[in-house]
Amino acid sequence: MRTFPVVFCIANVAILAFAVGQAPKQTKAAAPVQKVDFNRDIRPILANKCLSCHGNDKGTVMAGLRLNTRAGATAKLKSGRFAVVPGNTSASSLLKRIHAPTDSGIVMPPASSNKALTGEEKYLLKLWIQQGAEYKEHWAFVKPTLPAVPKVQNTAWPKNPVDNFILKKLEEKKLAPNPQADKATLLRRVTLDLTGLPPTLEEQQAFLADTSANAYEKVVDRLLASPRYGERMAMDWVDYARYADSNGYQADYERYQWRWRDYVINAFNSNMPYDQFTVEQLAGDLLPNRTQEQVIATGFNRNHRINTEGGVIAEEWRVETVIDRVETTSTVWLGLSTGCARCHDHKYDPISQKEFYSLFAYFNNVPESGTGEERPVNHPPFIKAPSPEQTAMLEKLQTERGLIEMQLGRLVEANVPAAKAWNYEAPKPPATLAEGRQFNAPLTQSSNLKTFGKPVFETGRSTGAVLTTNENYLEIEKVGDFERDQAFSFAAWVFPQSGGAPISKLNVSENFRGWDLFMDGGRPMVHLISRWPENAIKVRAKSAFPENKWMHIAVTIDGSSKAAGIQMYVNGAKVETETEVDRLTESIRVSANLAVGRRTGGNMFTGKVDALNLYSRVLSEAEVIALADQDPIKPIIDIPAEKRTPAQAAELAKFYARKHVPEFPELEAKQTATAQQLSQVEMSVPTVMVMEEMPKPRPAYVLERGLYDKRGAVVGMGTPKALPPLPKGVPNNRLGLAKWIVSPENPLTARVTVNRLWERFFGQGIVPTSEDFGTRAEFPSHPELLDWLAVKFVSSGWDLKSSVKTLVMSRTYQQSSTVSAAKLAKDPTNKFYARGARFRLPAEVLRDQALFAANLLKEKIGGPSARPYAPKGMWDEFGAYGNLRDYKPDSGEGLHRRSLYTIWKRTAAPPNMTMFDVPTRETCRVRRSRTNTPLQALVLMNDETYIEAARGLAQAAISASSNSDDARIKSMYQSLLSRSPSASEVSVLKAAVQKRRARFKAKPADAEKLLKVGYLPTVPGQDPVEVATYTLIASTLLNLDEAVTKE
Amino acid sequence: MKDEQILHLQDAINRRMFIKTSGLGLAALAGLFGKEGYAATPQQGPRRTGGLKKFPNLKPKANRVIYLFQSGAPSHLDLFDYKPGLEKRFGEDLPDSIRKGQRLTGMTSGQAKFPVTGSMFKFSQHGKARIWMSEILPHMATIADDICMINSMHTDAINHDPAVTFFQTGNQLAGRPSIGSWLAYGLGTECDNLPAYVVLTSVGTGRSDDQPLYDRLWGTGFLPTQHQGVRFRSAGDAVLYLNDPDGVDRSTRREMLDELGQLNKIRHTLVGDPEINTRISQYEMAFRMQTSVPDLLDISKEPSNILEMYGPNVKRPGTFAYNCLLARRLAERGVRFTQLFHRGWDHHDGLPGAIRGQAMDTDQPSAALIKDLKQRGMLDDTLVVWGGEFGRTVYSQGTSSQTNYGRDHHPRAFSLWVAGGGFKPGMTWGQTDDYGYNITENPVSVHDLHATMLHVLGVDHTQLTYRYQGRDFRLTDVFGEVMEDLLV
Repeated sequence: MRTFPVVFCIANVAILAFAVGQAPKQTKAAAPVQKVDFNRDIRPILANKCLSCHGNDKGTVMAGLRLNTRAGATAKLKSGRFAVVPGNTSASSLLKRIHAPTDSGIVMPPASSNKALTGEEKYLLKLWIQQGAEYKEHWAFVKPTLPAVPKVQNTAWPKNPVDNFILKKLEEKKLAPNPQADKATLLRRVTLDLTGLPPTLEEQQAFLADTSANAYEKVVDRLLASPRYGERMAMDWVDYARYADSNGYQADYERYQWRWRDYVINAFNSNMPYDQFTVEQLAGDLLPNRTQEQVIATGFNRNHRINTEGGVIAEEWRVETVIDRVETTSTVWLGLSTGCARCHDHKYDPISQKEFYSLFAYFNNVPESGTGEERPVNHPPFIKAPSPEQTAMLEKLQTERGLIEMQLGRLVEANVPAAKAWNYEAPKPPATLAEGRQFNAPLTQSSNLKTFGKPVFETGRSTGAVLTTNENYLEIEKVGDFERDQAFSFAAWVFPQSGGAPISKLNVSENFRGWDLFMDGGRPMVHLISRWPENAIKVRAKSAFPENKWMHIAVTIDGSSKAAGIQMYVNGAKVETETEVDRLTESIRVSANLAVGRRTGGNMFTGKVDALNLYSRVLSEAEVIALADQDPIKPIIDIPAEKRTPAQAAELAKFYARKHVPEFPELEAKQTATAQQLSQVEMSVPTVMVMEEMPKPRPAYVLERGLYDKRGAVVGMGTPKALPPLPKGVPNNRLGLAKWIVSPENPLTARVTVNRLWERFFGQGIVPTSEDFGTRAEFPSHPELLDWLAVKFVSSGWDLKSSVKTLVMSRTYQQSSTVSAAKLAKDPTNKFYARGARFRLPAEVLRDQALFAANLLKEKIGGPSARPYAPKGMWDEFGAYGNLRDYKPDSGEGLHRRSLYTIWKRTAAPPNMTMFDVPTRETCRVRRSRTNTPLQALVLMNDETYIEAARGLAQAAISASSNSDDARIKSMYQSLLSRSPSASEVSVLKAAVQKRRARFKAKPADAEKLLKVGYLPTVPGQDPVEVATYTLIASTLLNLDEAVTKE
Repeated sequence: MKDEQILHLQDAINRRMFIKTSGLGLAALAGLFGKEGYAATPQQGPRRTGGLKKFPNLKPKANRVIYLFQSGAPSHLDLFDYKPGLEKRFGEDLPDSIRKGQRLTGMTSGQAKFPVTGSMFKFSQHGKARIWMSEILPHMATIADDICMINSMHTDAINHDPAVTFFQTGNQLAGRPSIGSWLAYGLGTECDNLPAYVVLTSVGTGRSDDQPLYDRLWGTGFLPTQHQGVRFRSAGDAVLYLNDPDGVDRSTRREMLDELGQLNKIRHTLVGDPEINTRISQYEMAFRMQTSVPDLLDISKEPSNILEMYGPNVKRPGTFAYNCLLARRLAERGVRFTQLFHRGWDHHDGLPGAIRGQAMDTDQPSAALIKDLKQRGMLDDTLVVWGGEFGRTVYSQGTSSQTNYGRDHHPRAFSLWVAGGGFKPGMTWGQTDDYGYNITENPVSVHDLHATMLHVLGVDHTQLTYRYQGRDFRLTDVFGEVMEDLLV
């Protein structure tokens, strides 16, 4: 065998060697050729430079050559030549083509592709053909087997097998590992890593004092058992699951998915096996005997955005939703970007377009429309998800209600005979009906109303109706000119056939100023508007009434300019309403006429209106009933007793009892009270959007070019052929898919998961492209270690805490993170782990750490999202739609909850988090960028959050220690950095204290101003000059590189 | 080993190293300010920082972009695309031969009739180029010979959110980088104390409650976040968190940063991580920004004749006029991509009144910006773009009269103009049918526009890629053709 310089044989090593400038010497040293590894050396070349024209995508294969398989590469070409002849470099036309001159016109890849091969790549291809052109399946698609733990020279170093894999490579690279980090650093590191918070003073002291051999392990066990662990784990998971508190498009209304978020925290804390965690989130709704929590878990695939913009084509967005589920699921569990196959066969990974839509078919059967309502609600399918306390309360109230109903029923029954003999006299309409009446002329031709187009007058329901349609409506002059502080009422019979405004005195082009009755289908709503939407009231009935049926609507407005002062009646009965907008402070008067059948300038109403009444006062309930002609007793009394049905007889008995049996109204009052209580509890029960399978699946199609309306062949549910088949005995549906994902045969799931864990603790994945395990993935730095971790993870029963413990118990993890110039030059990115990881903390941990060290953090697991400090106007600067506007920080504990609970509006996410690389959560992201920018410096220096935390640190340090500057500085170091400051650090800060103190003494007003930042109360008796001084010292500490870094 | 092979390897190492280090933040400045990026090449002028070494890979004609985005979608039929004869067809149902069963939004798809409604405004031709403009744009009329009017734009999206997202990122769905962040990533910046990509927003007087904007429109998608657009605000801190807290003056801040630097250096000597030095320089940059931003915003030294050019609103922060003046000041300071968003163009009803308001907002300042750049000799290498996310229907939404009508969304044909930066001045490109409904000549897609914008900036749009999830993504996806006919 010929020999070749080492530098050619191990591509990755060669690159490293070059980076540190050693290669020229080594090229002279002859060494045995190491065999080319297809997956490590050749696949990346083919994937990056060749397969876009010679790959899986049948549609784009050039010259009939497919290099994605050995059969394809060695097949006879149309020209009669062979691209690859194993072992025969001179007969392989591939080599001729890649070595052809750039301007020859035959060079491959073509010059126009901008994918020229490097000399090294050409050489590796030659070597590969020479050695037999072996193909191997992509490593990540082959089920991992447990590799032998490597033997190492320094047998004393490894603490667990992880270290053998790491040390083996270090010994190969002649890199010596760092010593163990000092105890203080290690404690801060592992506490931040496992809980997202720094250690307390007591924890520091306890660990330093504990000299037992397993002191560190005890800490790890304590941290894994802490409920903060689940919160820290959930912090990553919500990114993956694109979890947020808003719908994410245009108006970006609020939604409520926090019950799902809390499920995730609890699952991590209870160390739910990861396979179960997976199955529950993907298909908990399909499990036999499913629990409420298992259904809540499926919120995972309902966290996607929902486009509710007016005028969207629902199917287009339903398809996007389903595609989002496929992409999210495959990225999170399989590390595969199936999205490419949406439009065509995947060029690099073996996923055909048909297979993509076969995956699509699994997620296609949710009873959903693709769009939704423009208001802050969860969209179907969703479930009520009461807490255990709420469930108990609901059961109690329901029992009570049942008892009352039973008693009422008995009383009704007992009074049927008396009711039969009842000599009922109908009440006369109240005499007051004429008072304050501004209009009640019949809507007939003879009333001389101003007509537009050709409204049709007909008999109607009462005094005569008018039918209004698109262009045909009427106006009434000089009526309805009410101001917002005036009481008024209006009433009419309405026969709705479409949405729109049956009655209005409102001008669309004057910012919708005025008032109206508006029908949203069969749901009446009332607007009082000065300027829509910022100065207006909008109230709507909670439920809809049938369209194409007469209904009597009356609305009374008390002139309070508050939504609470509006009462709506339908058919004489009060209806429950909900308020969407309630901020009216300016005039609602307009010159436009009162219109019947539209608003001035739009919102045409198709339907009929009869008996319009306007009053310049609030009508009483009795008056409304009279207008609605709704005496409920009379119609029954009018039926001869013998002709009444049993139901009518009972109904009459009820009215009779109400008037003549004192116990009956008392019971009814109790019934109402119980119903109110019940409805209050029910209203407070959160809902959560979940998955649900339609009884009959929707047909799924291959969508040409990925377009929703270009349907091709019908496809069924199925998994990609390149991966193992569904496990035996599972159904071929979403549940089967979930079980397939966590089948031990699946080569990807466990690797992808342990790789992300590794990335969390070590700063980069063993596969650096943790979001991609496809053929273009970066080759693992330690392939055997990855497989060892993956196999152990599965065999442990998918035990996450155990895997985490393995990682943090390794000596690799516990190394000091200091780095010498020489080591930095040898391994700038620390991919060989000869030192501990050192990188900036995530946004959430930065804030939580500051709050915790300052004694501000309010710890509480779960619940609705919180509103901490945010820049004024954060939600209003470029949007006037939706309910998430006018951001106001919470006044209580919501200011200081952990960042995991911060309310997340996707189109305007909290800037002090997005600036530190938190994704917008519009789509699935499993890896964050990690940047270092001046904007981040501005956040840490100036954000109210951090200034208040600095004051918290200062006040605590002043309270805790004497007047000694040394002691105060030390106290703050200890709280924030878990260590004592060095003498040189103390001297820098003491000088700083002198300067700050002198300045604030000279300008005490500035000290007072600084102390006003944040809601945190000052401590009585503390000198403002001292607090201000130490606030700025603490602010400097919060900005230290060390403070923002896991060391 | 041959020299050639060594060179190839070296190149591979450089690329690899750069990608790695930028991912870890060593060269993270590249996006936002980019001290550690590549040295400037002669074409880029002396001050280039950040960006990728391979760009520009074409000869750049433009060095920066000012994009005047008109959000909500202005009516091409009432501003630029003159359709004589429609007044005679007022109220007629749009012929099927024109509508061709194309999809409509849910807002008008239920309409029984699609009444043709021509513009109520008078049109006339302007400049040597004889470019048609509506009477409500008297100032734009005076720059006709500086602009390239495209009447044949088309887009895939039919609703606002996806359509604006498509214009900004080349894709209807969230998740891709915005055009400004692509350029910050690829080309870096020529300014060392302001961001590479600045965003300014204003609310239209034509419809003050109009379509919202979204962070993602200037976001980075999967690019590192330092390339995101930095939004300048008209109320509160001009840049988020820019101002020191109450009670802290500039000299105190300076002292605090010195102390912070000293402490960080002490730590660096102990732990050796070069990231610490990067952080020190980021804090210095932040300090500089605290000065450079107020300096940028201080327009008190602008001569009165310049202020008058931009019109009466120029001194009011948060107006389009003020933002246009800032755009020029940002361009002077070397900011790579300045993007204005002016809201208020979504006129489903009451269009004539509302569009007059919008024209009042934008007409004079837009024209002034072109003239101001030109008189400073900056128009040649500054690309200015003016347009919205789609056009509007020739038929009226709901009821209409000849003087009061509304128009629904129309993605199949609309107008947009560009000026400077190597585009041909004084020309009209593309045509639509008699109804302004379908393109009849020289269609220009959003991808084509993007490809051409990158082209004049010296970037081959097929080469500016970023690998994410195994795929090399680019702004133009797999589409886009450079519109050579429009270039000088």
